[in-house]
Amino acid sequence: MKSLESILGNHPFFENLAPEYLTLITGCASNVKFEAGEFIYRQDEEANNFYIIREGKVALEVCPPGKKPITVQTVSDGEILGWAWLIPPYHCQFDAQAVELTRAIVLDGRCLRTKCVEDHTLGYELLSRLLPVVGRTMEATRLQLLDIYGNND
Amino acid sequence: METTMQSPMTPWPYRIEKVIRETHDTFSLNVVPKDSSRGMTFNPGQFNMLYAFGVGEVPISISGPKPGEQGMIHTIRDVGVVTGALHQLKKDQTVGLRGPFGSAWPIEESKGYDIVIMAGGIGLAPLRPALYALLDQRDKFGEIVLLYGVRKPEDLLFTKEFETWRGKYGVQVKLTVDTADREWRGNVGVVNTLIQRADFDPINTVAMICGPEVMMRFAVSELKRQEVPENQIFITMERNMKCAVGFCGHCQFGPAFICKDGPIFRYDKVKQFFGIREI
Repeated sequence: MKSLESILGNHPFFENLAPEYLTLITGCASNVKFEAGEFIYRQDEEANNFYIIREGKVALEVCPPGKKPITVQTVSDGEILGWAWLIPPYHCQFDAQAVELTRAIVLDGRCLRTKCVEDHTLGYELLSRLLPVVGRTMEATRLQLLDIYGNND
Repeated sequence: METTMQSPMTPWPYRIEKVIRETHDTFSLNVVPKDSSRGMTFNPGQFNMLYAFGVGEVPISISGPKPGEQGMIHTIRDVGVVTGALHQLKKDQTVGLRGPFGSAWPIEESKGYDIVIMAGGIGLAPLRPALYALLDQRDKFGEIVLLYGVRKPEDLLFTKEFETWRGKYGVQVKLTVDTADREWRGNVGVVNTLIQRADFDPINTVAMICGPEVMMRFAVSELKRQEVPENQIFITMERNMKCAVGFCGHCQFGPAFICKDGPIFRYDKVKQFFGIREI
């Protein structure tokens, strides 16, 4: 059976992270599993978790009043879910629902924040891994907004 | 009369063998020549000029058939006057056709490589013959990956073929839509985000991309980030093609004409013009 530390170490997000930081981060980690249809978090909840997706698929949804929920993004194997834990006011912006059986490692955001404050190099390491994800998400969102496959493309 | 019929500007009459409804706004016409001496050979990626009599002519990519089957299939989205007129045509009616024109996907040159096919929207149509050609000699290629993005699930083309491509030929078919409701169990996000979820060897990969130019720009960027060499990336360009043989200049793209030198270009050959708004 693989240890949490080795699972985290093999995840693309933590690729080449110094072993001492991996050990430190593992101290905030635990294994979780979500059945298809299960909510992982809800919009406006306090964002204290950072999910490292091992396998499965999660839909990020918005639910306009009186209408069906709309999925705006999915994340799956090898990706991460949630970065609101890092930035005040630490509130989830979307509903996150497992589309299929999803296994993940959850990292306690408060625990991670504390460790980042205590060790700025660790904070820099995490931010330099998170920012490209945020950047790509923003790039993808802009493309979605352009509606490039619509009739006016 | 004979001389006139041989002019590249003169359409040949083709009979509509079959009309296939693909989505709410997209349909396919399978056509065969009325003159049986006229060939129906084409290379994957080429296009024809389809003429709706009395209305006008439009360039349409050839989207089939499968090897060994008859006719030439054109998948068309009803977005304008001419495509609207083509949409009204029924089986056994006649359409004018000039072609095939243009460059082709590098099938032979890609033997031994992994293949990444990226399509956005109706961009899957000109890539389908490439996929057929690859699958026809499946053992000559490594991984074959199809990354396909559309606006909504109901816009997906050729959905009945995905399972065959997956199951029979081991193609990694990865689909995504821009937005969806809960009925959709697949990916949501732009097609570029699928690249990192696919399994291929970047250095040993040939990528073939067709979709809106904005999509292709970001797709190329992501492929380069994954270290796919620029000279192994092929894109299709789209401009206002009129004559299809390089006479009129409507589709000039830098020093090239899309109709004659393209529509398929190797990325490193056109990258200095790609994405420049004035061109």
